[in-house]
Amino acid sequence: MIGGLKVSLTRRYHLAASHRLYSPAFSAEENKRLYGKCGNPYGHGHNYIVEVTITGPVDEETGMVANLGALDPFVERAVIEPFDHRYLNEEIAEFRESVPTTENICREVYRRLKDFPAAGLEKVRIEETSNNSFEFAGEQESARDAAR
Amino acid sequence: MIRVTRKLEFSAAHFYHNPNFSAEENRRIFGKCNNPHGHGHNYVLEVTVAGEPDPATGMVLDLKELKDILQREVADRMDHRHLNYEVPELAGKIPTCENIAAVIWRLLEPKITKGRLDRVRVYESADLFADCTAEPNGAGGRG
Repeated sequence: MIGGLKVSLTRRYHLAASHRLYSPAFSAEENKRLYGKCGNPYGHGHNYIVEVTITGPVDEETGMVANLGALDPFVERAVIEPFDHRYLNEEIAEFRESVPTTENICREVYRRLKDFPAAGLEKVRIEETSNNSFEFAGEQESARDAAR
Repeated sequence: MIRVTRKLEFSAAHFYHNPNFSAEENRRIFGKCNNPHGHGHNYVLEVTVAGEPDPATGMVLDLKELKDILQREVADRMDHRHLNYEVPELAGKIPTCENIAAVIWRLLEPKITKGRLDRVRVYESADLFADCTAEPNGAGGRG
């Protein structure tokens, strides 16, 4: 924020990972119908782009919402290091319980970043491909949306 | 409501240095952005104006007019300039993309007479940008 203005900063991070969309709750036919080629048994991969948007007061001394020197290593440790060049279904504990759709990846990345100490997390947007992108801005926004 | 976005690219030099900090603090906080001779970026500015299209023209505003405003207010001030030394609106501020976006908001907001300024986005690189919008219920926009 600067005098009546809201300022946010967005940083884009790149990671490559594989996944498979498959749910044991459904029959083989249902999985095939729902997930198509995304359910092929050995998985496939994407170059994901993870956009992290933070917001808060702009520090007058630094001109920054948050120093990238703080944000980059935080995102690196919480998300890039565990996700990059991994098979999400097997190597991220949360996706042993849920299907690693990019919707669910957004929620998981948001959960991992929401306690960033230097600024508020506004949203996480993930491009699975240049044609598909997904955003999550937290459960509070979801609740506000439900109340409309 | 319709949002219309116009893009402008400009190239400028800057560096980050706060005279209130020691040389070591400047180095620690700003890293290589503190290099005293500066460095540059190809900035990309995206300006979004929101409003209802005029029924007669089908336009929220004339994009040519917006293009001219961006040229006068932003490109003429900042393109191929050193942001620390040559842009009075940034004097005394660290020329981060947060501050550049806020300065551009203040330059443009009074000039947009059709529709209202909705968002100013400044890309410093493809992977880093700042957005400036009116604070909800704040004084930044004309509502």
